[in-house]
Amino acid sequence: MSLLIRHGRVIDPANGVDAVEDVLIADGKIERVGKSLAAPPGAEVVDARGKVVCPGFIDIHVHLREPGYEYKETVATGTRAAAAGGFTAVACMANTMPVNDNGAVTDYILAKARVEGVVRVHPIGAVTKNLRGEELAELAELAEAGCVAFSDDGRCVMNAGLYRRAMEYTLPFGVPLISHAEDTHLAQDFTMNEGVVSTEIGLPGAPAAAEDVMVARDILLAELTGAHVHIAHLSTAGAVRLVRDGKARGVRVTAEVTPHHLVLTEEAVRSYDANTKMAPPLRTKRDVEALVEALADGTIDCIATDHAPHALAEKEGEFDQAAFGIVGLETAVSVLLDRLVRPGLLPLGTLVSRLSRDPARLLNLPGGSLAAGAPADLTLLDPERTVTVDPLTFRSKSRNTPFGGWTLTGGPWLTVVGGNVIRP
Amino acid sequence: MGWTRKDLLTMRELDAGEIVLLVDTAASLQEIATREIKKVPALRGKTIVNLFYEPSTRTRTSFEIAGKWLSADVINFSASGSSTSKGESFIDTAKNIAAMSPDVVVVRHSSAGAAELLARELACSVVNAGDGAHEHPTQALLDLLTIREKKGHFDGLHVAIVGDITNSRVARSNIHGMRKLGMTVTVAGPPTLIPPFVQELGVKVAYRLEDAIRDVDVIMLLRLQHERMRAGLIPSVREYSRYWGLTLDKLGRHARPDVLIMHPGPVNRGVELSPELADGPYSVILDQVAKGVAVRMGVLLLLAGSKGAAAA
Repeated sequence: MSLLIRHGRVIDPANGVDAVEDVLIADGKIERVGKSLAAPPGAEVVDARGKVVCPGFIDIHVHLREPGYEYKETVATGTRAAAAGGFTAVACMANTMPVNDNGAVTDYILAKARVEGVVRVHPIGAVTKNLRGEELAELAELAEAGCVAFSDDGRCVMNAGLYRRAMEYTLPFGVPLISHAEDTHLAQDFTMNEGVVSTEIGLPGAPAAAEDVMVARDILLAELTGAHVHIAHLSTAGAVRLVRDGKARGVRVTAEVTPHHLVLTEEAVRSYDANTKMAPPLRTKRDVEALVEALADGTIDCIATDHAPHALAEKEGEFDQAAFGIVGLETAVSVLLDRLVRPGLLPLGTLVSRLSRDPARLLNLPGGSLAAGAPADLTLLDPERTVTVDPLTFRSKSRNTPFGGWTLTGGPWLTVVGGNVIRP
Repeated sequence: MGWTRKDLLTMRELDAGEIVLLVDTAASLQEIATREIKKVPALRGKTIVNLFYEPSTRTRTSFEIAGKWLSADVINFSASGSSTSKGESFIDTAKNIAAMSPDVVVVRHSSAGAAELLARELACSVVNAGDGAHEHPTQALLDLLTIREKKGHFDGLHVAIVGDITNSRVARSNIHGMRKLGMTVTVAGPPTLIPPFVQELGVKVAYRLEDAIRDVDVIMLLRLQHERMRAGLIPSVREYSRYWGLTLDKLGRHARPDVLIMHPGPVNRGVELSPELADGPYSVILDQVAKGVAVRMGVLLLLAGSKGAAAA
């Protein structure tokens, strides 16, 4: 079965391509990219005139909630949300129930993904048993089972000695640690960023320093051990400076940023809408500006949504009692196109790179390139489409988004995984 | 000008005219407390629900008396602890109460923003009787009424608010109200109890009691909230009392002779305020409590009264 995508603007940062070309796909792999390719007999032809054809977008930070929290999300619904949002692969965090801290849970997630998933699923294993931060999980078995990284995401491994040992132990696997950098003492009982807004509206805040001190620690430990540490959902100007400095000194530190931290500030919390509550919290305008700049210059390596589905009852009540996190898979691309690319804050080619080539490289994942022989995972964008975010239409089981009602220009148009057009 | 709002949620959202209207309305209702028959028919047939998620004797009683003196039917609904521990969510409780068609819901809750959440959910009027560390507007209004009666005016007065500012909804509501009425506000306490960027609210900050109370017209002391304070904010109650507790001796040495001492209660005697001061001539603490009923009558009347009912 072949697929020919014609006349689209192909942006393939891994191969330096930005031109109107055709893409021919056969047997689940990229066959050729070039001008005026002929359709093989029986090929499905997609007219992508006016559309942008990219390597499939990869979200290396999502919560699929399965096993254990199927009322929030499942592999089936989460991967459909991913496909609807233009993502062809996701890496899912370990804070399921039971925690993905042993090979059996990894096997279960991968089996679910094979049977019920519609995009590629790459599990992330826990660093410590049951995310307790006390003893190492069975990291070698997790790596063998297919975990592409290790993280206690949602919690910070506060014990620096243990985190150092995790870095050392995993060095031979060539798999990074992903750090949820948040000092739990500085961030005790927080619900939002500590600053003028928290003071006014009377909610307990965590200072930016709660993140910065942990990013500093992680960089120092990566330097000590030679390990690759990846900072999850980096959100402060201070952490940007630390990562920039670490990279300049040759430390193996990388970072991701979420769409919400790129476009929203703590001002949004004035509504007391729990869909503005997440960890790390929404920060200040100054932080947002630093994040956008760092994303553009490569200090921040990629964009990840931290898709964190929660049921309505967990998000509709009192702010300080609500769960942390928001869904992101189905809004990310439109939010980024409208709020970063259209105003000229980020070139389209850079955005495509930060969503495809760069995350693939970080976690050594298949994809991220349209080179011949690469997996035929593609994201097609319609840059002119008007999107009004309606959470009721989400494929995700959950609707906890701060972007409901936003009208945005540009969005995902077609998602192709392994040569198959996904209609979620 | 008249009252146009559905709810009373914060002092921050009110303008000076609205605040003065509330204070004036309360002032005009004070004499009801002196009548032999303390009842006017202004809210006859109206239903007021006191929805209290936090233990409160003083504020709930004050609202209850206010409603009853106005002839409303007052129902007290106490939900112990957090709503989640009760098994019914705050929103569900709100919907259930709404189904009983009250005219006003008075809500006290430990979560900042709870009153606004409720106001969005309910078609009836909502009065914020304290939401977490956010606001407590009727407390600020009764403080303002007390100050105006004792000092005769607002403009140009200087108030020191001393204590756990970070966790105080009383401080926040008073800061907004006092600033809008042309008063100067200094907040004071150990730096661990002063929230970051508090100067952005238009206040001065002092880190020594004697600096805070010098030349001010009013000293408002806040209760040291043992239960709310996280370990590490102050070394001990003993040390707090020694450096931040107001005594007759400190008052005599640093404050003006006509200074007023206020406290939203309940007072930790001997901690933030010495007993002889709490009961002494500078203290207007019981005036505050008395005016609380008048203020709450005024608020209920403006929110639920039919037009012209204020003349009752």
